[in-house]
Amino acid sequence: MPHAATQDDETPLLRVSGISRFYGSRTGCRDVSFDLWPGEVLAIVGESGSGKTTLLNCLSGRLTPTAGVVEYRMRDGQMRGIFSMSEAERRFLARTDWGFVHQDARDGLRMTVSAGGNVGERLMAVGARNYGTIRGEALDWLERVEIAQDRIDDRPDTFSGGMRQRLQIARNLVTGPRLVFMDEPTSGLDVSVQARLLDLLRGLVSELGLSAILVTHDLAVARLISHRLMVMRQGEVIETGLTDQVLDDPHSAYAQLLVSSVLQP
Amino acid sequence: MTTETTYNFAYLDEQTKRMIRRALLKGIAIPGYQVPFASREMPMPYGWGTGGVQVTAAVIGPDDTLKVIDQGSDDTTNAVSIRGFFARTAGVETTTRTEDATVIQTRHRIPEKPLTEDQVLVFQVPIPEPLRFLEPRETETRKMHALEEYGIMHVKLYEDIARHGHIATTYAYPVLVDGRYVMDPSPIPKFDNPKLNGSDALMLFGAGREQRIYAIPPHTRVDNLDFEDHPFEVQSFSQPCALCGSTGVYLDEIITDDTGGRMFVCSDSAHCEEQRAMKPAEA
Repeated sequence: MPHAATQDDETPLLRVSGISRFYGSRTGCRDVSFDLWPGEVLAIVGESGSGKTTLLNCLSGRLTPTAGVVEYRMRDGQMRGIFSMSEAERRFLARTDWGFVHQDARDGLRMTVSAGGNVGERLMAVGARNYGTIRGEALDWLERVEIAQDRIDDRPDTFSGGMRQRLQIARNLVTGPRLVFMDEPTSGLDVSVQARLLDLLRGLVSELGLSAILVTHDLAVARLISHRLMVMRQGEVIETGLTDQVLDDPHSAYAQLLVSSVLQP
Repeated sequence: MTTETTYNFAYLDEQTKRMIRRALLKGIAIPGYQVPFASREMPMPYGWGTGGVQVTAAVIGPDDTLKVIDQGSDDTTNAVSIRGFFARTAGVETTTRTEDATVIQTRHRIPEKPLTEDQVLVFQVPIPEPLRFLEPRETETRKMHALEEYGIMHVKLYEDIARHGHIATTYAYPVLVDGRYVMDPSPIPKFDNPKLNGSDALMLFGAGREQRIYAIPPHTRVDNLDFEDHPFEVQSFSQPCALCGSTGVYLDEIITDDTGGRMFVCSDSAHCEEQRAMKPAEA
């Protein structure tokens, strides 16, 4: 039976054309274009200062690019430019259909609010007004990110780094977003915790059919979790392709250097 | 009573009063919205009602009768001194009887006696921003008000229930005014919150240090934020007032000695006195 073409197959979830961001005479990122398809995980790698985070902030609407267009396919199938919609719409989108996982969990969590409150905040922001339902949902999500349910009333400042990061993920995924931005979600965690978090992320991404854009300087993280890879240097994308392809057979001199400089234990 | 001629009527100069009235009009036009105003230094410390005094000074006229209450009481320092202040600088009549007053300045209470259309209630507000403790950035809270992003207010109530098993916020209980703005009703006990809804009297709120004015016009809908399964409830008291025997009023706990003796009496002193006067003298 021929596969019926759905809308998912025809239009990308996110279409990025010619994004540039300059800080005065300095370049944050220059002329970046790509499409992100539903269910796809894209990793952006590069050295410090290569413009990865600037690009991510532009894509997620947290920073206004100097030039270029970012279009997002809304739930009704319409492509909308995220910088041409009103701020109210953009912020609504950011807390319902998107997630943003910060490098430092302190930026993404409310440290003085209990774990349950942190997870429930997005639900309450979209109008959930039943305490029992909100709490049930929070318990469910804590379990999914492997946090003991009896920690629901503890504040994140009593949590370890790995738990905070997992809580941040739960808080973002509770509204069932379709696109998650992640800025170095595993850096600052020790290796075994990193591995567990990556495992969890990979599981959630495939289970929920999420699309994700992941910024990392760690090629191993990119290899584990992403389908596609973009290598950035000095604000420009210098190589792009399937993750395994780029990592096994880098074409540009810089990507070769990057791949070869990874320590092999 | 004579006005001290060295002061302009009601202490503030006419331009200042005009500026405050403009802020008040804007506040009334947008119920619950915090209007910035150029708060002046007043001859009293911040926290003693500088905002309320400025609002009172801007709305009071020579024919008005002023009542000032502090925690419901007419005879505390704050209430006496503000009453004295306007008696001196505006030469207005003052009273302690709620029904005789046309302007009532209050700190932390709404009088027990229902207010009428002819009365204006002026609140002293320490912190006008209900979102402050959850989101300290003023730029961000203003944006949240503008975009009606009030989910975070329920996070506070959620935290209450998670920690205490019920909504433990007992004063400054957040309300939604006219279905639009979330507002801090100043630190009144939540017992008084239902009196905000559909009130006959105009309610004005002045925060001097924070330089904000807001208002609830008469007959405006005011909803208390809550959860479906944890609805808003007011405090209830198991015993009547120890002095006048009133029930269904807000009571203060008074410590009577250092061996644990205590009594519960009306916080609204005018109401308590009236009740006691109506009762026949007991033997």
